[in-house]
Amino acid sequence: MAKVLIIGSGGAGLVSALSARESGAEVIVASKTLPTRSQTSMAQGGMNAVLSSNDTIESHIADTLKSSAGLGDEKRIAFMCEKAPEAIEWCNRIGLPFSRDEEGQIARRRLGGASAPRACYAQDYTGLKLLHTLYDQCLKAGIEFKNERFLLNLIVDETANRVLGATFLHIETGEVEEIRANAVILATGGYGALYGKHSTNSVQATGDGLAAAVRAGAKLADMEFIQFHPTALKGSSILISESARGAGGYLVDAQGDRFTDELASRDIVARAIHDEINKSGAVYLDIRHLGEEFIDHELPQERKLAKIYEGIDPVHELIPIKPSAHYSMGGIEVNAACMSSVSGLFAVGECANHKTHGANRLGGNSLLELVVYGRECGKNATEYADKSSAPVGESSQLAKDTNFVRGVMYFTNQIDFYQKQEMLANIFYNNVGLVRDDMGLKAVLGAIRQMQKELPFMGPRDKSKICNTNLVEFIEFGNKIELAEIIVVCAISRVESRGAHYRIDAPARNDRMFGAHTITWKEDGVLCADFIQ
Amino acid sequence: MEIKILRSTDNEAQSYNVELDNVTLLTVLNHIKTKIDPTLTYSHGCRSGVCGSCAVRVNGREQLMCEYKPSDGDCVEPIRNARVIRDLVVDSGMVEHFNRVASAWSEGSHEGKVREEDANRIETQSDCILCTSCYSACPVYAVNPDFIGPFALTRVWRYVNDVRENGSDTKIAAIQTNGIWDCTLCGECVPVCPQNIAPKQDITMLRMKSAMMGYQDPNAAMAFGGGLDFGSPMF
Repeated sequence: MAKVLIIGSGGAGLVSALSARESGAEVIVASKTLPTRSQTSMAQGGMNAVLSSNDTIESHIADTLKSSAGLGDEKRIAFMCEKAPEAIEWCNRIGLPFSRDEEGQIARRRLGGASAPRACYAQDYTGLKLLHTLYDQCLKAGIEFKNERFLLNLIVDETANRVLGATFLHIETGEVEEIRANAVILATGGYGALYGKHSTNSVQATGDGLAAAVRAGAKLADMEFIQFHPTALKGSSILISESARGAGGYLVDAQGDRFTDELASRDIVARAIHDEINKSGAVYLDIRHLGEEFIDHELPQERKLAKIYEGIDPVHELIPIKPSAHYSMGGIEVNAACMSSVSGLFAVGECANHKTHGANRLGGNSLLELVVYGRECGKNATEYADKSSAPVGESSQLAKDTNFVRGVMYFTNQIDFYQKQEMLANIFYNNVGLVRDDMGLKAVLGAIRQMQKELPFMGPRDKSKICNTNLVEFIEFGNKIELAEIIVVCAISRVESRGAHYRIDAPARNDRMFGAHTITWKEDGVLCADFIQ
Repeated sequence: MEIKILRSTDNEAQSYNVELDNVTLLTVLNHIKTKIDPTLTYSHGCRSGVCGSCAVRVNGREQLMCEYKPSDGDCVEPIRNARVIRDLVVDSGMVEHFNRVASAWSEGSHEGKVREEDANRIETQSDCILCTSCYSACPVYAVNPDFIGPFALTRVWRYVNDVRENGSDTKIAAIQTNGIWDCTLCGECVPVCPQNIAPKQDITMLRMKSAMMGYQDPNAAMAFGGGLDFGSPMF
């Protein structure tokens, strides 16, 4: 039986695992955490699909295309939107407990940038309930999980440009292991954690899969496009779902006055908030008029989190908010079959760039994307694994990575990487955030290059072999630095404004020069970038 | 503020002095790890109470570190009934193991309309984040390490009680041994749940459902068989 290795166990990983299993593959899911602890659990708003006659698939396609600001691929967007009703049906069939409306249909709500209410949801726990439902199905299907495996590198036959497997640090034992497979699917999530305390993401969203992919020769696309969610709690960047605005919540300034259309797409609302904070000092989300009963039923997480992290009760008080890094539109460049530029290496979900979100993702389209493309990806990877001969390539990757993990313990530790990581997060939020300019970006690039040179003078201070999270966090920091350079180089190259990428020194969209994807890759360790249609 | 944390190296509580006010325990531990002691080991993820990574015991009671505000003198330990890997990190293999043993999944759901009130029946149970706080609080594990336990049984009830579910009979069969009848209904699992789930109630519901399907409490049968043997010709 052909073997498919899936790295990452969030929604995208689990959907593709089920699909690969169904297609007849032997499936192994390797992941740095327990599957139910991944980022997908944090998705709240819903999953877009056209289910009623008051809405059309054409308008779902048009909304998505419009929001993508010229970087969405119309065919792939159409594919996703057309498959959406079937994806919802599939989720319902495996037991996802959707909220229901008065008629007993799957309830839908309107999210920003959508011309109709089409986000199917399960209270504000849509991602959590989807993830757990998928996990239960994986157990039923007998899928093998290897948890606590931290991805180090992909194993690649360089002459054939063909993936052979991957190496992992088994966090619990400290041993380096390899897993070989006929095809590999990366489903490792985004890189929002680069923004540290200015991100709504889990601390685990460190872009490990993207960094490994680029080291293995894969191409990345549109890395400068990072979505900022308009409403995160001011102090902690914890997400307050868009459904709060979808249900009628207001954005108000320090005087309590509304200043923008709350349901425009996220890039526009986030920038309006950013400008307003600069002008009047503070912005609040006001949901008091929705009433206690509604808030408790539809937005229970929001109320709890606002109490814990801001010390306020949204039923009676304003919620202080700021925009925070939320979703990575950029990712591993994949074709319509979800395969990267390395043969046999597939990518799906937030770590991939399916060109469905383009320059700005619509709320409710990420869960949809991971279900629709997850099912495709698992099927395609199995087909690839079946028809390609079993790889027998020798590789020194395991030996190299074993040496690295041993050697990193001798790094000198004159410089504290946690401090550098915090600095990276701050300069990214300020200079590679909602509003960018050439000078600010170049200053960050200088700082990143300096950090790259300083890495050997950093390192883990904890020398334990068993369960060394200090070591894991240091390697994650290395991955962040690797991606940070790529993101900033892309942002410098794109001298225009489009979707989530806003350059104050070039505020207009320039299709003639930049109506293309920013493609980056490494040749002999040197970063290359180009705009390719 | 002084926080004591049980370290696995010497099985002693180590004290840390931290000057942070009105923050979560997770923020305190992040501060310790990044500024004071990088060897301190714990799990965390979302910071917002949905990923279920950061359950520990504080002063003997299960808490999510990202939702708990610590006070001076608090003592933090790993959760119980699980093998400690290092400091506050435990082997979470019980999640997969007991969910598999209990067949805690949908056998297939039929489509069509579901009334709001029917959907609401499983709303709370499907809020579970698998943090294993209930597992830690359960005293049955001291005598029966194979007990399917609160989180997996709640999950079974979540599927059995789902009006869309096609195959609840096999689920009920899977939880008769080391399952619902081994629970003492002590209720320790209820107050520790960060999602306000009451596994004890769910287990009670599963017992009623089992009884309706003809299953019996094996303990009751045994107790009964001991004293009053109505079937015996000697009587």
